Amino acid sequence: MRPFDHARAASVRDALDLAAARPGAVFIAGGSDLVPLWKDGVSAPPAVIDISRLPLDHIDVADGAIAIGALARMADVADHPVIRRDAPAVAEALLASASPQLRNAATIGGNLLQRTRCPYFRTPGFPCNKRAAGSGCSARGGDDRRHAIFGASERCAATHASDLAVALVALDASVELCGPDGSRTVGIEDLHVAPGDRPERETVLRPGELITAIRVPASALARRSRYLKVRDRASFDFAVVSVAAALDIADGQVREARIAAGGVGTVPWRLRGSERALRGARCADPDGVGSPGIDDAAARATDGARPLGRNGFKLELLRRCVRRVLAELTGALEPRGAGGAA
Amino acid sequence: MTRSFADRADVTMTINGEPRRLEVPASATLLDLLRDQLGLTGAKRACDRGTCGACTVLVDGRRIYACLALAAMQDGRCVLTIEGLARGGELHPIQRAFVAHDALQCGYCTPGQILSAVGLLGEGRATDEESLREQMSGNLCRCGAYPQIVAAIRDAAGA
Repeated sequence: MRPFDHARAASVRDALDLAAARPGAVFIAGGSDLVPLWKDGVSAPPAVIDISRLPLDHIDVADGAIAIGALARMADVADHPVIRRDAPAVAEALLASASPQLRNAATIGGNLLQRTRCPYFRTPGFPCNKRAAGSGCSARGGDDRRHAIFGASERCAATHASDLAVALVALDASVELCGPDGSRTVGIEDLHVAPGDRPERETVLRPGELITAIRVPASALARRSRYLKVRDRASFDFAVVSVAAALDIADGQVREARIAAGGVGTVPWRLRGSERALRGARCADPDGVGSPGIDDAAARATDGARPLGRNGFKLELLRRCVRRVLAELTGALEPRGAGGAA
Repeated sequence: MTRSFADRADVTMTINGEPRRLEVPASATLLDLLRDQLGLTGAKRACDRGTCGACTVLVDGRRIYACLALAAMQDGRCVLTIEGLARGGELHPIQRAFVAHDALQCGYCTPGQILSAVGLLGEGRATDEESLREQMSGNLCRCGAYPQIVAAIRDAAGA
């Protein structure tokens, strides 16, 4: 572990100036991912810029959207009454993430930027193209049980680990960024990039750029949303497979559907085939019970999937997760505990 | 306030009720500070990666993993460790319940379990045994004293 220097930013401007002044310096807020990566020798920043005191932890509603400051803690977002009522998939995804201690410390901006949990990436003794470009991928021919069935390249098949990001994709959220060249907004689906030929590059963030806020459109879709997560352990584990779904149902008919999956993609993965199967589907009764679109949506969930040696089980698991979360959202099944095993 | 880069930082913290002015290395964790600089060895260094819970302490009343928090970032915070939990020789109700229910075997995870339980009571999320188990998922016990740990916390919480 190479010691690093520290500086505390007094404002967003100050943070950007500090980043410009010290090449290689990284922003730190909760530290929940950065500190283990440093201890494991995966990253060795020369300096950290403490942004934890910046006034970016608000949660408020304006202009038809819920705005969440990037420094809001996971626990505080999950507990917020507006999030629980108007974007339940976000609250459920956060409560199914990590442990209470981590949720008290980790920020939602940092959650979106966490690095993959691929054990080869996190163990410097193994070749890994994401950690050391061109060194090879140890998951190819290795233990690929937890790896991606969507979006992998020859160079990398590591999954994206954030539950929150999956829920945000289903809710059509966007991310506000601030950097040396000013502010910009990117859709959550455009934030993360699939590995392709450059697995070391995981997001569209430019050098010195910060996430300042997340915006979730307030909509009927977001209000009828749910997150289901299947883990190897009962709690405190990353997703083997997870599904976030959001439905806008009016007069017994699905007007709009958005579905995204976690644990299966190199980036949070949108299930467009399942969405198409649901749009226009009629519910069996006016209360929304038993939509006939559910079977089709589940069958289409694995369109385009390419399983590796040991993760073919994710195909059926993903289809069943889609079926369950849709059944719960349309009232055909009693909901289980948020984040509970399917 | 440290606005330029330095390899050390001056911080003021209240630790177990006592105000302290400290100079800490920039890359020291709160756990390093407590154990190696202040001799408060109740918080344990086990996984040192935020996966086991043995280093759990309260910062401003909230339970966190001390192994993941940088000491230089705790300026102005109030830190409570197992050493500061008893009041005037009187054990905290969670401590008494752990004794009464024999909620430990080797004891290594116990300070973290107790601080986590104290934090949990403040959060008000444990309403029954299932939610209590879920809300204590951030603390592992390799001896497997979980039934007694759950019983002790339920007893103390009246859950």
